Amino acid sequence: MSSAAAVITGLGAISPLGLTVSDMLDGLCAGRCGIGKITAFDPVGFNCRIAGQCPEFKVQQYMPKTYRKAAKLMSRDIELAVVAAYQAVTDSGLITKAIDPENINVDPARIGINLGAGLISCDLVELAPAAAQSITEGSFDIRKWGKEGLELVTPLWLLKYLPNMLACHIGIIHDIQGPSNTITCAETSALLAISEATSFINRGVCDIALAGGAEAKVNPIVMIRQCLTGRATTGGNDRAETACRPFDAGAAGSVFGEAAGIITIENREYAEKRGATIYAEIAGTGQSSSINEAYEHIEPDGQGIAIAIENALKDAGIKPADLDLIIPHGTAIPADDLAEAKAVEKVLGDAINDVPVWPTKSMLSNTGAAGGALDVIAAAFAITEGIIPAARNCDKKADGCNLNIVTEPIEKEIKYALCCSYTYGGQTAAVILKKMD
Amino acid sequence: MAERVVITGMGVVCPLGHDVESLWTAIVQGKSGVDYTTIFDASTFPSTFSAEVKGYSLSKFIKNVELHKDCNRGCSFALGAAAQGCRQAGIDIETDEPKDGIDRRRLGIYLGAGEGSVNNEVFFDCLVKAWDNEKSVMDWGRWAQVAFGGMSPAGELEQEPNMPAAHIAILTGARGPVFSCLTACAASTQAAGEAMMLIRNGKADVVIAGGAHSMIHPLGLTGFNRLTALSTRNDSPQTASRPFSATRDGFILGEGSAILIFESLSSAKKRGAKILAEVIGFGSSSDAFRITDMHETGRGAIQAMTAALEDAGITYKDIDYVNTHGTSTAENDSIETKAIKAVFKERAKQVPASSVKSMLGHLIGAAGAAELITCVLAIRDNIVPPTMNLNDPDPELDLDYVPNKSREMPVNIVMNESFGFGGQNNVVIIKRYEE
Repeated sequence: MSSAAAVITGLGAISPLGLTVSDMLDGLCAGRCGIGKITAFDPVGFNCRIAGQCPEFKVQQYMPKTYRKAAKLMSRDIELAVVAAYQAVTDSGLITKAIDPENINVDPARIGINLGAGLISCDLVELAPAAAQSITEGSFDIRKWGKEGLELVTPLWLLKYLPNMLACHIGIIHDIQGPSNTITCAETSALLAISEATSFINRGVCDIALAGGAEAKVNPIVMIRQCLTGRATTGGNDRAETACRPFDAGAAGSVFGEAAGIITIENREYAEKRGATIYAEIAGTGQSSSINEAYEHIEPDGQGIAIAIENALKDAGIKPADLDLIIPHGTAIPADDLAEAKAVEKVLGDAINDVPVWPTKSMLSNTGAAGGALDVIAAAFAITEGIIPAARNCDKKADGCNLNIVTEPIEKEIKYALCCSYTYGGQTAAVILKKMD
Repeated sequence: MAERVVITGMGVVCPLGHDVESLWTAIVQGKSGVDYTTIFDASTFPSTFSAEVKGYSLSKFIKNVELHKDCNRGCSFALGAAAQGCRQAGIDIETDEPKDGIDRRRLGIYLGAGEGSVNNEVFFDCLVKAWDNEKSVMDWGRWAQVAFGGMSPAGELEQEPNMPAAHIAILTGARGPVFSCLTACAASTQAAGEAMMLIRNGKADVVIAGGAHSMIHPLGLTGFNRLTALSTRNDSPQTASRPFSATRDGFILGEGSAILIFESLSSAKKRGAKILAEVIGFGSSSDAFRITDMHETGRGAIQAMTAALEDAGITYKDIDYVNTHGTSTAENDSIETKAIKAVFKERAKQVPASSVKSMLGHLIGAAGAAELITCVLAIRDNIVPPTMNLNDPDPELDLDYVPNKSREMPVNIVMNESFGFGGQNNVVIIKRYEE
């Protein structure tokens, strides 16, 4: 079956390293850390009190005036996605309804969207007055809630928290009427969404697709989940900048954060015809699953990750040694890092010593459903500039990790770059980018 | 030439039964799965009834229940439905050494699955104890103290929407592509469509596709009630779901899981699997209008239907039956009717278009897949399911909704429609299998 090539023509990101893609890339190149003390809420009582938080922004600046009323229906996850989408559209030179309704240069029916989203947590402060109205003899009373408490919940409350609303708001803002999907596979959502958007382009159901992911993890419910499952580091509260240490012997858990990364993916012929700047081609994607009874971790040998990478290599038609860069998932959870390192080593074989590996979460934090998209943006930058910045906080590799972690910046031609990710629950994904000829 | 994709197994856990034949018998007879809510005390809510799965036990379907003991409701339903589907398709489960001839690296999963309920007792307890209502401030230290004391790691983790896919991977050993999507009420139709694409594009030979969801919990019911999306016909739950009728007043919140085994024709033939139907078309679109309303012309629905027909390489003239989204809300039923008229032109009033939600309620993320199963059975038995409770037709809505009685007639090609909150639309077309 004929398959159209998919290329990346636009980048958008809001991350703990700044409000724009260039802020993020400058930060990564400088080895800057976006992790600090939690200010979004008072983390007293939490054993992890640090996170990667985005600088302040006004979401209304990223949408037409006519839509600004709808901003009050946006949870933070949605806001982040709206910001990154606006940047990706602008960067690709597409003129949608939101950019300039008088000079639209795209057919709305031929644009799709495929985003990764997290399990969006509700705003507890928003619900608390309703719960307070539903107390009988000091305890919560569901019968009182059904009659009185419920009435205090804002009518459109539910719509702020449905994961598909990221794509829906962006779709309305930019008039995206083509295929639309929302992938909810936790920390591997963004790479899976990018894979599925690539499939939209490959099979010709649209010419352009926005893809990536967004998640706002810096809120009490998400943070307590990460603390309860033991995935968050607890020893780094007084040294936020060195707390997240992927593949390092001193790694003791992940640090969570918030971000959105969205890219514009286009049919290559379409992009070339309109003279778009092309960052890279999406040469291959692969997916699989870890199978582990203790499913908060991936299986110790990382087989699910290895299969995803093998599938992506096969899809791209290249050998492991053809890779010039790997951006791993690298959460800094020791067992998971080790499993991922083993998986990469298994696939690469002898090439393990040569292919540079550049983990980014030490600087960007673990931004859940957004993470893979930030990494794809970082990989696209590395390819276009021929630079791999140095990793941070990996001073001494953990025992058993034989990855070639980049300790000093490297300048070289990068033809193929691999991003891979996995999540608790087991889904795995790999995406290979290729430099344009 | 792309692979043809066929269905070789089905399983369901829903308000009308815990197996495919029970579901189908109830649908053909026009039975309702709706009743007063028992999962929690909903007696003071605006809607006191729902479509619950009753008397379900996972141990009836799988051996190693211990491995899945922390599952949320939707996930537990998904395991039961997946076990049924796999058995029918001849896929070995709960074994390290499958002998079914399916390479596990070529076995994928694509679910439209919803999040699990929060632990309500702890969730509200934390809020009540930590909130100072006079000063309107939260004592986060107190909140964390109560939360850490009450929440369990597994219970929190199991709320994630990717967990049904995770558990099915453990059950079956699937190592192919695994996806979970959540496009509201259209999720499992989307999953079915994209599952077909994985096989067509050569990424998998077999995909366990479908959906799982339960939103019958206090926050779910609160959310939908506040949106005024649900029927409040509390004096008559069984007749409350009345799609396309003049007195429709909202949908009925349901729960369940439906799984279909999608397989490449060559794999199915090689294994000698029984083929139940062929999946021939998929279309997806966005309304790009409002997050609260469908576009008034039905343009998103029309685009998804048109794209699915085009993908299948057929025209509206070839469709024998439309399994509608038909939620029983004022807006959906009226706009869906407009969309069908726009797509089916002169045939609009001839092609039967019914809503099984009149009996099954609305299974949200699982709705599309459960309805797709009824489409397969409609083809198998040449019976079109009815739209029940259609006693006072809306004069504006004048299609053939197959009112109140199932109909025997030749059914070879069926269109299944699902439209999600926020405007994500998905349409899948299936066909009687012929060599």
